[in-house]
Amino acid sequence: MKINFEHNQSAHCENGVVSNLLSYNGLKISEPMVFGIGSGAFFIYLPFIKVNYAPGFSFRPVPGFIFSRVSKRLGFKVKRYKFKSKNKAQQALDAELKKNNPVGLQVGVYNLTYFPDEYRFHFNAHNLVVYGKDNDNYLISDPVMSEVTTLTDKELEKVRFAKGPFAPKGHIYFPTELPSNVDLKKAILKGIKQTCRHMLAPVPIVGYRGIRYVARRIRKWPDKIGVKKTNHYLGQLVRMQEEIGTGGGGFRFIFAAFLQEAAAILENPKLLELSKEMTAIGDQWRDFAIDASRLYKNRSKETDAYNKIADKLDAIALAEKALFSELKKSIK
Amino acid sequence: MKKEDVPQDNSSLSKSNLKEVVYATDKDGKYEAALSSGWEAKTIVLNESLDLIEEQLKETIQKIKSGQLSPIAYYMELQRMDIAILSSYVGYWQWRVKKHLKASTFNKLKEKTLLKYAEVFEISVTELKNPKI
Repeated sequence: MKINFEHNQSAHCENGVVSNLLSYNGLKISEPMVFGIGSGAFFIYLPFIKVNYAPGFSFRPVPGFIFSRVSKRLGFKVKRYKFKSKNKAQQALDAELKKNNPVGLQVGVYNLTYFPDEYRFHFNAHNLVVYGKDNDNYLISDPVMSEVTTLTDKELEKVRFAKGPFAPKGHIYFPTELPSNVDLKKAILKGIKQTCRHMLAPVPIVGYRGIRYVARRIRKWPDKIGVKKTNHYLGQLVRMQEEIGTGGGGFRFIFAAFLQEAAAILENPKLLELSKEMTAIGDQWRDFAIDASRLYKNRSKETDAYNKIADKLDAIALAEKALFSELKKSIK
Repeated sequence: MKKEDVPQDNSSLSKSNLKEVVYATDKDGKYEAALSSGWEAKTIVLNESLDLIEEQLKETIQKIKSGQLSPIAYYMELQRMDIAILSSYVGYWQWRVKKHLKASTFNKLKEKTLLKYAEVFEISVTELKNPKI
């Protein structure tokens, strides 16, 4: 059986699954819209959490938050199931497919056979849609892939029951009860307000303050932990910023695209202006990534190079502070 | 980012014929999704992280050869796991897994325990005992 499901490649898996599932259910909504309404733009520095021998940085909220915010703000309900038994997990999935219901799945990335080797890590919060079954093959719409693909039931079982942090436990979900008329304007305003609140939060490791905090650390790292470790830490920051799914520049371009769309819907030209500024900030992030990657090549020991890179980050923090303060004012 | 500036460098993605979506503006400044085959700056930092994993693995192999660590450490790192992840796959507490990484403890492990690790790594017990390193 095959459900007539439209697959659209997107930058990020979570936005993409939400956008594709809602479109199937009759609510056309773009990926940037999902991202903006779900207040996806974010920054946090987690010095006490070590990932791959380096501190954690994140440009987005915890997996799942965007979806739950979008569902709340647009007023649709989401049914979610998790399973202990692998058999029951498969039966529940098959039952939904029989009802012609495409389903969102949380899976682990490591055993996704269609991913290139370099991208296979034990990351368990990837999302995809199953939209049918052909004999023993499940039809898969993975928003990160340009085309739809398939997984055998054994392969799918493996990724649904991946273990470790955020273990999916066979998690399936799908929207139910879509409201007849959606108040997009209200949802957009809520999304923007929360984003501003986060990015301007009076917490040293969050939002623009978090970016500034990292800049300060970068100035000290070469002396404190040595050049090699500093480069590795910077690499982690750039990896998080440019990972697949960010749409480039640590989600800043997706957010700019959202502001552009929101300007038209809210009939607020100020947002269009801010979208342009957000784009410029995204370009600044890309610039920062280029400089950081050059440090590897040159392996320069001069601390000045690190001060210069920290200056760039400081400039970004200031620009984001100004932008989100303006944004907050512009929707009042 | 402007559409014409979207990087199309070689990367591990382009080897597998994949492209990722980035957001960029067209001539009129309107945002659209665009495809990128890869970006050099990103590839450099990605490779650095893979090199680090490789380096770590070499160190572990040395420690296995010198009789400090058990082959479980090798297979764990080969499959990019850490103690926390391996512990949740085999269903033992982390402190137990940590002990099993020691060569001295490994040599005393029961067949049943070895089989559990072998199943997680999808290898045979013989392979688990005699890694090709």
